[in-house]
Order: sequence, then structure tokens, then C-alpha cells
Amino acid sequence: MIELENVAYSSGGGLLLADFSVILAPGPFHFLTGPSGAGKTTFLKLCYGALLPTAGHVRLFEADVRGLGRDDVALIRRRIGVVHQDVQFLDHLPVADNIGLPLTVSGRHADAAGSDLGELMGWVGLEARAAALPPERSGGERQRAALARAVIMSPEVVLADEPTGNVDWDMSQRLLTLLVELNRMGKTVLIATHELSLIRAAKAQVQARVLRIANRRVQLAGADL
Amino acid sequence: MTLTLAQMRALLAGDRQADRVVPPTGFTAQLTLFAAGAMAFLAVFALALSLAAGRLADRWGAELAQTATLRIVAPADQRAEQTAAALAVLETTPGVAAARALSDAEQAALLAPWFGAELPLDALPVPRLIEMETERGFDPTGLSLRLAAEVPGAVLDDHGRWRGPLVSAASRLRVLGWVVATLIVAAVAAMVTLAANAALAANAQVIAVLRLVGATDSYIANAFVRRFTLRALSGAAVGVVAGLIAVWLMPTGSAEAPGLLTGIGFQGVGWLVPLLIPLIAALVALIATQTAARRALGGLS
Repeated sequence: MIELENVAYSSGGGLLLADFSVILAPGPFHFLTGPSGAGKTTFLKLCYGALLPTAGHVRLFEADVRGLGRDDVALIRRRIGVVHQDVQFLDHLPVADNIGLPLTVSGRHADAAGSDLGELMGWVGLEARAAALPPERSGGERQRAALARAVIMSPEVVLADEPTGNVDWDMSQRLLTLLVELNRMGKTVLIATHELSLIRAAKAQVQARVLRIANRRVQLAGADL
Repeated sequence: MTLTLAQMRALLAGDRQADRVVPPTGFTAQLTLFAAGAMAFLAVFALALSLAAGRLADRWGAELAQTATLRIVAPADQRAEQTAAALAVLETTPGVAAARALSDAEQAALLAPWFGAELPLDALPVPRLIEMETERGFDPTGLSLRLAAEVPGAVLDDHGRWRGPLVSAASRLRVLGWVVATLIVAAVAAMVTLAANAALAANAQVIAVLRLVGATDSYIANAFVRRFTLRALSGAAVGVVAGLIAVWLMPTGSAEAPGLLTGIGFQGVGWLVPLLIPLIAALVALIATQTAARRALGGLS
């Protein structure tokens, strides 16, 4: 599904990630951990084609990203849901329109899929906030809206970059529960986080594979996690 | 990112949802509308000037090219004889449709503005004038040579000496009008490019979000292209209507005293020419915005 083979990534003359290989196969729940600045966000960006590797190969759904045009990458992103820590919304549009944005840009208007949208907003507990503008909502509500937006196209993979970074413990548990539910629906989930407590809480609910970035290399974490 | 016919149809038909993804920019929109309107207003005048100059050049050229004058400068006792000889030459000259000698009364009338109505023509060495109507095939150089041999007192004036500069000036004025119209189109392109670049730079965050959720470059570009194209179209339409009203209100000259200043305007189907201006402005805006968007999107990761 997403395959990184002997990948390295450098930026500004410095090596950020060095010679690693990872396969995100369909189904499993993954965590990616490591200290701040270790390269977790870079790893995720490689996984959805926002960055090109400086060495090695990244294959998204069997297509090498080097051979893809920007529009090809855009089409592939419709199969990958992404949630960022600093949630990015179109602040002039209501929350419901932001959640339906992937449908809009793919030519499937949210109006036509109104029931799906309503169901999804209910799933993340935002049905009463549909008409509100994103800046008017709390960090937790924005994160849940971002999660709803990431899954509205029924992607095969969901990548979440520090999704609980700006919310309290209760909200992070709620978000984690939603992500675990997605995984049980058959989606491959990868959460990048430096919070080990979140990983331990998840392991109580689901079997998770933990990757760790150490010394610029991505490797499988040991039993200590 | 080439615009196909289907894409152009979709662009004009619009997409309410897609239009909303770019935030509204009230002040910039008003400035673009105003600039497009002002440019279209000026373009109407440039066109009116160019068309009027063209008509004037054609009329002057046609009127003057069809006439010539022969002066018989000879002693009084030979004047009638040489006039008859000149008329005989003209009768057999190709390209001369008609020729007649002006009567004394007609010559006196011509001189009356300078010498008064009571001018005694018999007492003055006034040359006899022969008025000619010419047609295709008239060769003034050949006629001059023949007259020099057969009618020594005849001097041919085909009006070329003062016709040339007038026709040339009017023709250049016509070209100048088109140059001004072209510059206006280029200015519209520059203005739209600047506005589109500013809008794209100001909306870098919006573009990042759209890309994150799987928007293609053509989708993002069209959101901007459609906005600027419609602004240029509507602004130019208002400017053209205002320009046409202003031209229509210009004073017109009479048939006896036609002139450039009183002849600025449109005639017949010429009134339809300015209607092309909004379409050209929209096309220019479309190309300018698409080019700016392609460059900007290529530069953003």
C-alpha cells in the first residue's frame, strides 16, 4: 500500500532520515514515535507524497512518487486521509463545508452526500457545530473535524501527525477511540506521536505496531513500548 | 494545464461549491472591476479614434485621387488655343474620365474670397484652369511629359503634393488607435497578473489545505481563474457601455464640414466592434490568471 524502500531524506544540507525501509500494509494500527524534531512529520510527508525522497523509493499504491505528476499525487491523496497537529482549515467556510471539502474538490458535492456527512459529523460529535466557523471552535473540536475530513472519502490509510498534541487527556482518549474504530473498519492507521502514554493506552484497545525514529533511522520499537 | 473546450464551458457555467473555496476579497475585487472598466472605456475611445481616422483617410484618399487640375499659363492671346489643345490631349489620355475648362465666372468665384467679386479677370494674367476627373489607369507622369511636348504652357497638378501627407497622417492616426488599444489589452493583462499573483500569495494557506485534501492544480487554478475572468468580463462590460454612451454623445460634423474631431464615433456595424472588448478582456484575464496560477502552483510544494 505504502512502501518506503532504502529511503533517505536531506534538507538544507542536513540528513534528516537515513536509509530505512518500511511497509505500511493494509490493516495494521501503527504508531511512529521519537523525540520532537526526530523527523516524524517528514516521514508522514514522504508517506503522502508531499516530499520526495533524496534517495531510495517511495511507492504509494504501487506507483513510484518520482514518476508522478502533481495531479497524480493529488488523486492518490484522496485515498490517504491526513490529520495534522496544527489543523488546517479554510477559516471562511463552516465546519461542515470543511469536512466535506475532499468531496467538493473531487467533484462529489457534499450536498449529494449529505447523509454521509451528517453521519460522519455525528460520529465525531460535531452535528451541532456544523454551521460554526473553525476559528470559533475549540482545539478538540477542530481535531475531531479534521479527523472527519480525513475519512470522508473512505481512504484506505489514515495518517495522523500528533493529533492529540493540542488537546487534554480526555479529548486525546476520545480521538484515540475514533482512530481505533477506523482501524477496526479495516483502515490502516498511522499515528505519529511523542506521547508514550497514548501508545500504552492504545495498546490496551488494539494490537499496534510501533515504529521509532532513532539516529535518523526508522526502526521497529522493542518490547519496552 | 491547457484549457479545453469542456473546461471552458465548466468555467463559464461555474461551480458554486468550488467558487467558495477561495475566500472573498472585497477591495481587490472592486479594484479589478474598476481597472477593467476604466481600460474598456479607454479602449472604446481608442477604437472610435482609429475607425474615424481610417474613414477620414479613405475619404480624403478617394476624393483627392479622383481629381486633378491643369493650369494653362500662357500669354492672353495663346491661352484659348493652348486650352483647346490641352483638352484635345486629355480626350485621348487613358484614365481621364472627364475634363472641362472652368468658365471666367467660375474662376472669378474661386478668387473672390481673396480679391473680391468685382475682379476684372481680363486685366490679370490669371491662368486658365481645367478640371479633370480621373479613374483607374491615370498616369500623371506620362501626361505631364506629353503636355510638355504638345502644350508648353500646361502645368499638371494631381494634388499628390498635399494629398500624401494628409492621407499618411490619417493612416498613422488609425494605426496609433490600434496601438493604443493593444497597449490597453497589455495593461489589462499586467493588471490581472499582478492581482492574481497577489491573490495566490495571500491564499498560500488555502492552497496548502486544498492540496492536502486532494485538489488538483487545475481545480485550484480554476477557482482563481474563474473569479478574475468574471471580474474582467463584468468590469469591461460596464466600461464599454459607458464608453459607447460617451461616444454617442459626442458632437457630429455636417456633411459639408466633416472633420476628425467631429467624426469620432462608430458607424453601422462599427458599433458592434466595441462589444468584443469585454470578451477580449475576459480572455486576456483567463490566460493571465492561468499563467500566474501555473507559475505560483509550480513554486509551491
